[in-house]
Amino acid sequence: MEFVLAIIVGILATSAFYLMLRRSLVKVILGMVFLGNAVNLTIFSVARVTKGYAAFIPENASTLEGVYADPLPQALILTAIVIGFGTQAFAIALFRKAFQKVGDDDLDKMNSTDIMCNEDIPGDK
Amino acid sequence: MRSIILRTMTMYLLPLLLIFSVFLLFRGHNHPGGGFVGGLVASAAYSLYLLGFGIDKVRSIFRIQPIKVLAFGLFLAASSTVFPIFFGKPLMTGVWYEHKLPIVGSLGTPTVFDTGVYFTVLGVTLNIIFTLFEDKE
Amino acid sequence: MFFAVLSGFIVACIVPLIFKLNRKVAGALLSILPLSLFIYYLQFIPNVLAGEKILTTFYWIPFLKINLNFLIDGLNLTFALIISGIGFVVYLYASAYLEKSEKIVPFYIYISIFMASMLGVVTCDNTLALFVFWELTSISSFLLIGFNHEQERSRYAALQSLLVTAGGGLALLAGVIMLGQITGTYEISQMSAFHSTIVSNVLYPSILVLFLIGTFTKSAQFPFHFWLPNAMEAPTPVSAYLHSATMVKAGVFLMIKFLPILGGTDLWMWLLGGFGGWTMLMASTMALKQTDLKRLLAYSTVSVLGTLTMLIGLGGEKAISAMIIYLFAHSLYKGALFLTAGIIDHETGTRDIRNISGLRKYLPVTTVIGVLAALSGMGIIPFIGFIGKEMLYEATLLSGEYSTLFITITVISAINIFAVMAYSGILPFFGEYKSPAEHVSEAPFQMTSGPIALALLGLVFGLFAGSTVDGLTNKALQSIFPSASHHLALFHGFNLPLLLSALTIAVGLLFVFKRNSLVEFIEKIRIPEFFFPSKWYDYAFNGTLSFAEIQTKFLQNGHLRYYIFTILALFILLVGGSFFGFNTSESILNAFAISIERSLAGIDIYDISMLITVLIASVFALISQGRLSAIASMGIVGALISLIYIIYGAPDLAMTQLSIETLSVILFVLVLYKLPRFFTYSKLKTRIRDLVIALAFGSIFTIIIIFVSAYGKFDSGLSEYFAQTSYLIGHGKNIVNVILVDFRGFDTMGEITVLAIAAVGVYSLLRLRKQGGEQ
Repeated sequence: MEFVLAIIVGILATSAFYLMLRRSLVKVILGMVFLGNAVNLTIFSVARVTKGYAAFIPENASTLEGVYADPLPQALILTAIVIGFGTQAFAIALFRKAFQKVGDDDLDKMNSTDIMCNEDIPGDK
Repeated sequence: MRSIILRTMTMYLLPLLLIFSVFLLFRGHNHPGGGFVGGLVASAAYSLYLLGFGIDKVRSIFRIQPIKVLAFGLFLAASSTVFPIFFGKPLMTGVWYEHKLPIVGSLGTPTVFDTGVYFTVLGVTLNIIFTLFEDKE
Repeated sequence: MFFAVLSGFIVACIVPLIFKLNRKVAGALLSILPLSLFIYYLQFIPNVLAGEKILTTFYWIPFLKINLNFLIDGLNLTFALIISGIGFVVYLYASAYLEKSEKIVPFYIYISIFMASMLGVVTCDNTLALFVFWELTSISSFLLIGFNHEQERSRYAALQSLLVTAGGGLALLAGVIMLGQITGTYEISQMSAFHSTIVSNVLYPSILVLFLIGTFTKSAQFPFHFWLPNAMEAPTPVSAYLHSATMVKAGVFLMIKFLPILGGTDLWMWLLGGFGGWTMLMASTMALKQTDLKRLLAYSTVSVLGTLTMLIGLGGEKAISAMIIYLFAHSLYKGALFLTAGIIDHETGTRDIRNISGLRKYLPVTTVIGVLAALSGMGIIPFIGFIGKEMLYEATLLSGEYSTLFITITVISAINIFAVMAYSGILPFFGEYKSPAEHVSEAPFQMTSGPIALALLGLVFGLFAGSTVDGLTNKALQSIFPSASHHLALFHGFNLPLLLSALTIAVGLLFVFKRNSLVEFIEKIRIPEFFFPSKWYDYAFNGTLSFAEIQTKFLQNGHLRYYIFTILALFILLVGGSFFGFNTSESILNAFAISIERSLAGIDIYDISMLITVLIASVFALISQGRLSAIASMGIVGALISLIYIIYGAPDLAMTQLSIETLSVILFVLVLYKLPRFFTYSKLKTRIRDLVIALAFGSIFTIIIIFVSAYGKFDSGLSEYFAQTSYLIGHGKNIVNVILVDFRGFDTMGEITVLAIAAVGVYSLLRLRKQGGEQ
């Protein structure tokens, strides 16, 4: 089972970083979303993975015994998903603002306030 | 995006989804659900309505500024953590009301905390979506 | 007691409110705080005199042994009284001094925070909690030195003091933690029982050095003394309060407190005696040539702090008893002198002693204050300063084999201080009238009443030492040496200390009248700049800045994808390299084999179909030219992931993921709906390079997961605990939810706060600009 998850994570991480290496800001944001998903799934799959045994205490018991999915990473991922949404929203707002100012989503046109300006960038034109 | 189907659907969906979100919030302690999901479902309900009817209509049924909902949620969550001090327990200890209540189930500071989470998530999401939507127009 | 310390923080919160209510009386109203604290601490005197120690405990983080334990004994009480008493004088003084300043509100906020933290430092018994208060004093001092932050000099001085004192605080923390590890306790009052264990430990020298870095930086000992004269950029009430009477004494305070714990060794004696003695001599000499009233006083403060440190280094009952009296006298007269300097500055507009003289006609009350305080500082009979100096001489003479050396530098420094006191407290008022201001008039009542009280107390405590300060200082002495006692008296008979005093006065008078030739002589001593510790500070500071600049230019050239590229390349190099470094490729293949074998057993057709769908959706997101289709494929991936969560027993995650996915698609569509299609910016070669890097990175992710699944599980044992106790303690059957809202509620609190910040960020990015545009 983990094998399938591992491959899926690999695909997601590859897409994430390919997107984040683009010059288009929208693609970078998309890449962030992909990366969030990849990382969440990583945490999920290195913990105890079971099919179909959710971490709930049965109706007439007071403790949980036997096989069950690890609840701790789930709790971590749950907040990570929501926080990821927060960052994503912020990035989108930032993009919106930048687009209004620059009129383009090319990152190379947005670095003029940084220390180094558009000097020769090796490899990429 | 002002399709008639979307409008008709969201008219009925909004109250249903809102009730569902509260249901999710309170049953979250024993079943799937909880403050995060509840808050997200509630904001999804309003967002759908927003897509169907536009910002003015949503503002007219959601009269409070989302940022205030957010602040209220944070305050609720934070104050629930301070509450145990009055019982002589360290900060953030769960304090529970002994009897079960209808709908809500057992009531304790974690329930209040989760409700705080619900409102924070609702406030955050709506604040973001409303802001972006209004900025667009 | 907890509340007494806390009250300053609470008052700091309502300062703006008080000023809104009534600006005129706000300062006076606020002075009630230190006054009531002073009265509060006064009422402990009977108990302390009866030999009691009052300890109150408030559990903060008991698990880490961090508790807010407040202890009142003789020494702590003496300090608390000095802090609250002088605090009252300063609060009142500042209400007139800063009356016209717009920044009077922040002033009272900072100084209230300072007073509270300082009270915390001197009454707290838990070293870790003490560290918190200790750093809070550094921070409030930073804010107060940078009070006139429009001026570059103020900012420089503020940053310097913060870096030096807070940095020293970190060293102190390290020392304190090592001490805690050795003794198993963080309570100062319990540590002295472990004295022999500590001193014989191999770590003792490093603990002592770390501890002393903390106290030396705070108490401005060589080589960290340079920040204190620069700190004179702060408003005068601040200099009087923080940088002479209280904060700089915190280091000295801690050294006395730790004398029974770390002291009694040769190392202790040489470090404290050596550095203290040198600081005393050097600073008092430097003080002579200063022309700025406040810098003059600052150097003399550094010198006195050196004296105190030296006395603690000498150890012994006599030395500590002298130290306590000397410190007490110094707080009184130096506070008064600083406030006098403030009045002079306030009324004449200058602090340069070359430009002012003969002010006594116009500033009669201030003259009285200045003269009284200076006489105490000079050690003239019958002021308390005299008693302090006699005891200092006596203790130094008794210091053992090197007493000749110590008494020589002590007498020289005392002569210097004698002259400096005259320059600052007496000379400005006498002689021919000279002042840059046209009209000089006496300062208001609020500014003169406090200093005059301090100056008069120096006289009263001197005259009636046996019946006033004797009791409390005895108890202060006894909190270090339980069986010791001293008897204060003005006159001890004709002995060597008295003779030395006479010598001090005689040579001191010569220095006073021959100031010009003296300064000329000191100016002649040229020391290369390189030997100034303040230069070392500048070198280190500028060095750090230029290093930061170089590496920023190199690593952060303003192109986001190069940052990411660097991070990725490094990650691949380190993690990927470690795979091949520590494991043969055989074991990677082995892991794959194990994993595939296991997975094949439980694999279902929908697993495969999910895998394929994710692959297709991702590839489509990468190559798609239309924005909406890219967003849609992102949505598909998200939905598939929520499906995975459902299948693998995480329904909460699935629900959250699905609703988030819905909302984020809405968000993306809202913003991107009307934008043009993607434009391909990069060349094919670049794209292939990026794809290779990304693929390498993705493969590492896959390999890591397969490794973990084949060879070992991440299992903290916590999950079992949660499964056992979720219902019994947390009253919930959904373990994930119980973890979120109960077991790890603190994390969740932090996370929703982060969310709120993101929302406020979005709001301020888009909304605030809009309102600004409309105006």
